[in-house]
Formats: sequence, C-alpha cells, structure tokens
Amino acid sequence: MKLMWFHLMPYTELPDDFRDQHPSVWVDIHSSLFDPRRAHLMYNDFMDELEYAAECGFDAVCVNEHHSNGYGLMPSPNLIASALARRTSDVGLCVMGNSLALYNPPTRVAEEFAMIDVISGGRLIAGFPVGTPMDTCFAYGQNPSTLRERYYEAHDLVLRAWTEPDTFAWNGRFNQQRYVNIWPRPVQKPHPPIWIPGGGSVETWRWCAEMDHVYAYLSYFGYLAGQATMDGFWKEMDRLGKDRNPYRAGFLQFVGVAESRDEAYRLYREPAEYFYGRCLHVDPRFANAPGYTSEATQRAGVVGQVAQVARMRRFDTLAREMDAIVEKGYVIIGSPDEVAERLKQVATDLNVGHLMLLMQFGNMSKDLAKYNTQLFAGKVMPQLTDMFSEWEDRWWPQPMARDARATLTPFQPPAMAAGVSP
Amino acid sequence: MSAGTIVREPEALSVEINGFACRVWRKGEGPKLGFLAGFGGLPRWIPLLDALARERTLVVPSLPGFPGGDRGHTVLDSHLDWVLAVRQLLQRAGLDGADLAGSSVGGSFAAEVAAIWPNAVRRLALVAPWGLFDEKEPMTDPWAQRAPEVPALLCADPERWNELKTEPEGANAPEWPIEQVRANEAAARAFWPLGNTRIEKRLPLIQAPTLLIRGAEDRIMPRSYADRFASAIAGRTEVRTIPGAGHLAELDKPDEVAAAILAWTR
Repeated sequence: MKLMWFHLMPYTELPDDFRDQHPSVWVDIHSSLFDPRRAHLMYNDFMDELEYAAECGFDAVCVNEHHSNGYGLMPSPNLIASALARRTSDVGLCVMGNSLALYNPPTRVAEEFAMIDVISGGRLIAGFPVGTPMDTCFAYGQNPSTLRERYYEAHDLVLRAWTEPDTFAWNGRFNQQRYVNIWPRPVQKPHPPIWIPGGGSVETWRWCAEMDHVYAYLSYFGYLAGQATMDGFWKEMDRLGKDRNPYRAGFLQFVGVAESRDEAYRLYREPAEYFYGRCLHVDPRFANAPGYTSEATQRAGVVGQVAQVARMRRFDTLAREMDAIVEKGYVIIGSPDEVAERLKQVATDLNVGHLMLLMQFGNMSKDLAKYNTQLFAGKVMPQLTDMFSEWEDRWWPQPMARDARATLTPFQPPAMAAGVSP
Repeated sequence: MSAGTIVREPEALSVEINGFACRVWRKGEGPKLGFLAGFGGLPRWIPLLDALARERTLVVPSLPGFPGGDRGHTVLDSHLDWVLAVRQLLQRAGLDGADLAGSSVGGSFAAEVAAIWPNAVRRLALVAPWGLFDEKEPMTDPWAQRAPEVPALLCADPERWNELKTEPEGANAPEWPIEQVRANEAAARAFWPLGNTRIEKRLPLIQAPTLLIRGAEDRIMPRSYADRFASAIAGRTEVRTIPGAGHLAELDKPDEVAAAILAWTR
C-alpha cells in the first residue's frame, strides 16, 4: 500500500462571513481577500509541511493545479514540485497534475515534467487532469466544447515527445508543431508513471485501462460516497479483462488523527468546517460549462465533482458541520487505531492501493498539520504499509539508484553561511 | 401541392452537412425567407414562424449542434468551418439568394454569409446578432449563469423561454435535456468566451440592406451593439427597437418581430 500526502494549499484566511458576503471562492473571488504577505507565510508553511511529510516517511507528496481561487494556491504545481525536488531525497513527487489543454503548446508540460523528473532523479508521478470548469473554461477561457479533444491530443503529444527519439512534426487537430524535440528528456523510461484524476465517467475508466494509466478518484466526499464510483471502476476493469491490481487506482481521503476520537473531533472541527464551508463555496454559475461533461456521461447520470457540490448546495445536502462531515465519511477522524482500522476497510472495500491523504485541510495550522502527519506516520502507517504486498505497483516512480543521484547540499540560511558564531 | 391548400403543419426535411443531418422546416407560400434561430435553437415550433409563413415560403434550417442539427458542431473547429457549414446549409435548404433573418447566434452567421458571399442574401434582418464584444459595455455572459436565472435573462417574459425549453410530454427523457445542453455547447463552440468572432472586420462587406432588431429589454446585449452593426454595414441599415421584448425578441413579441421582418423584406 502506498500512502501519499496531498496538499491543496488553501488560502487559510478567508473571512468568517465569506459564504454570506462573497458569491464564489473561484473565478471571481475578490482580490482584496488576498494578502500576499500572509500568503508568503502560507506558502512557506505549506512547503514545510510537505517536506515534513517526506521526512516522516510518506511514499509520495502530492500537489495540484488550480486557477483564480482561494481553494488551492497552486496555479503552477510544478514550481512547488521543483522546490520539493531539491529539499527531499527519496519521496515520490506526485504532480496531480498539469491541465494539459491549458498549455500552449502542450509540449511545455512534457518539458517541465521532464525537468522535475531529471532534477529529482526520476521521482515524478505525472498527473494529467482535464481541470475543473472553473479553472479551464472560466478562469482560462478555454472552449468547453473542444476542451476534452484538446486534452486527449495534448496527452498523445506529450507522450510522444517523451518517447520519440527523433525530432518529429506534430500535425494535430489543435496543435501543429514542425519540430518537436524536447530537452531535457525524463529519467524514467519509457516515461514517468501517468495518473489520471477523474470523476466517475466510464469513458475515463476505459481510457485509463487502454493506456494503462492509474485512475485516481479525488473525491471531497470520502469513502462512503466513493464506493459506488470505485465499484463502477472495478466492474469496468473486469469487463475489459484487466486484473484487480489495487495499484490501478488512487483515492483521496481527508484524515485527522489524534490521541482519541473526542480529541480529533475537537482539533479538526474548525479546519474541516472551513474547508466544506468556504473552500467549496463555488458559485453554481461556474460549476459547469456546456460541453464540459460529455453526452455519454450526461446520459449515465454521472455528475462531476464541482457540479455535485453545486447540486448539493442547491438541495442543501452538502455537509458543512462537523457532525455531518464525519458521519458522511468526508473526513475520517479518530485515534491512530481507529483511523488505521477505517482506512484498512476503505482500502479493502474500494480496492485502492494508492491512498492520497489530505492531512492539512482548510485553515489547519502548520503545528496541527505536522501533529496529524507525525501521529499518522508513527502509529497509523505501520498498520497499513503491508496491505496489497502481493501485488506489484507498476505505476510507481523508478528513480535512479541512490548512489547515482546528486548529493543535496544542505540548506544554509545566510546567517549560518556567514559563519556567525558565538 | 395544389394552389390554395392551407398548410397547417410545417414540412420537415433534412439536409446533410459534414455527414450530420440538419433539420429544415418549411411552411407557407410566396418568395422564400430563411430564418436562423438564436441561442438555444428551436427545440419546437414557435409562433414567430407561423407569422412569417403567412406571407412567405419560410425555410428554417437548424444550425449544426442546435436542436435538429444533430452533433454537427463537433467537427467545426474554426470560425471558417462554421461559416462554410452555414453557407452550405443555406444552399442545400434552397435559400441561396433569398431574404434571410436570424436571431442572436443565427443572426451573426446570417451576417457572415451576407458579408462573404454578397449574392447569397437579398435582404437581411438581424435580431440582436452576436459577434462583437465591447470592454466598456460587455455583453452578458450567457453561459456562466445559475439555471433559474436564465429565462429572465433571455426573454423579457421568462415564461416565453420556459415554453420553448420545457420538455414536452412523451419526449425521450434523457435526450431532451441533453439536446438543450448541446445547443448551449454549440453556441459556446462558436462564440466562447466573449461572443467575439471579430465580425466587425467583415461587416463593411455587407451590401444587403439590413434591419437591426433589438428588444428594448434585452439583458444580454447592450443597445450600442446594434448601433455598431448598423454603422459598420455598407448597405442601407435601420435599427428597430421592439418594446416589451428581451434578447430573444422573437419569443417575447413574435407578431411585432415578424411584422418588422416582413416589412423589411417585402
């Protein structure tokens, strides 16, 4: 079992009356709410937390891409990943990921991901999301009617740019490049593992199976709501004659560990309510764009993550208070043993070998995030790591041998470097 | 059909554009008049069409991706693709050289055809045509809207929009709503994100006498857009404001809009 530590990097100081005074956390959230000096501290806290998770022994740290929002402050997760590549040595770097259709030309993604893979000595997991409607269609002005076709074409182009030894011409429907020849090339051969964060569409499941990519269901709504989706995924794998290797899948889960369940409830209540109350406060105007959801998916009645939030808001079924958040399984809280037990059950029921854990969420402080991380690493992780050991994870980074990799220079703040001594 | 027969129902024909079927409704007698529908398309027959068909042979082709237009939008990747598809549609519907009216999205394409193929259109009537964007007076974003607010944005009387879009009894249930989303997608494919196709560059090529119709209560498009169309078009123009009508003026005030179109193209 792989345990991965996922950071969304939320803006942690949205006002208490945010939901009442502001229509949306995304797209047209007002700039007056953003204080760059406070964000300076947030970014550095967040990166400390990611580095700490790596030190604590998590298998990978994960970052992702969002635009024009207070939900997640990483328009470019590649910047964070490259910094992490220099401050960590063995942890997997999961960039989950780059929204392919937003890059012009998409070979930019092939190049930047190759850079991260080379700098880190082959530790990159390359995530390729389509991106939310807010990010892609509204903030970035991409045409929802061509978004998916552009995404698939960009995927094919990036894959070929990574693997084709010779300069080639790309004569695509949306991209034409006479000379494609990226430098650097990735360390991992034939290319870094590719993971696809997706909703519950059958087309995505089939495509992941065909391409042999990992399918990651990044749900805000926890394991109870995720069960139906993952059941559908495995049923489709059966139908396609694929094995039930749990490493074909990833699943995101919010977790809060403490010495006891009561203590966990007390500690994680505010950050959880902050996340579900403020970070998901997306104006339904931006929750979908015509054409973003394929007709097959519409026919199947599958609703995307954000549209689901909008719908829940409309019918007032989105849990925003801790009792319901816990009861509905959005966030798993408890003592280390309780959390381990629950996660074992989740991994087994969903048959997921890559658990992507959100252990900082909402306005959680660095101290609490580190406490959560450390307690999990010390007392929960050992109870889970042996799960699925009978399966091979063919979708995990294959770094260079340790002795072939660069020795990282220890970080020296200026005062230390200047040789200040008593 | 013998002279004097009263045709109550429109004929529904079909033409093929890029391998996709496009429905063509036809009703009435007399010189031909084409109508290209606006945002949302025509999932059903509307009163405007009856009013126009009283004096003319009315021909109503469905644009690709709009109701009746199958998934024809999915192969149109550029504005040139769109304009060529509309041109072929008009030719195959028998409208080459005829009078042409269009609303919003359809109005914009009607203007394109008149600009690029001057002989293709005799007289032109455009209801709140799309294609411009003015930063100082931005067109309302028709897509980023909460569903309950859409009817009152598009029509002065929201019920007119609801009448157009409400699923009829016996309709094929998930297909009807999917078709309505597809209409919005098709409009998006051609006009996302601002509605700006830079048609302004082509308006001076329009020689056809052109009537600009706007609803006095249009909440999508500022008044100045009609004026900019009128002043840029080379042919004779006139701007007519219809009181009590919204963006899709033909839904709010079918008789008034039909009368204006018929008078202009007589």
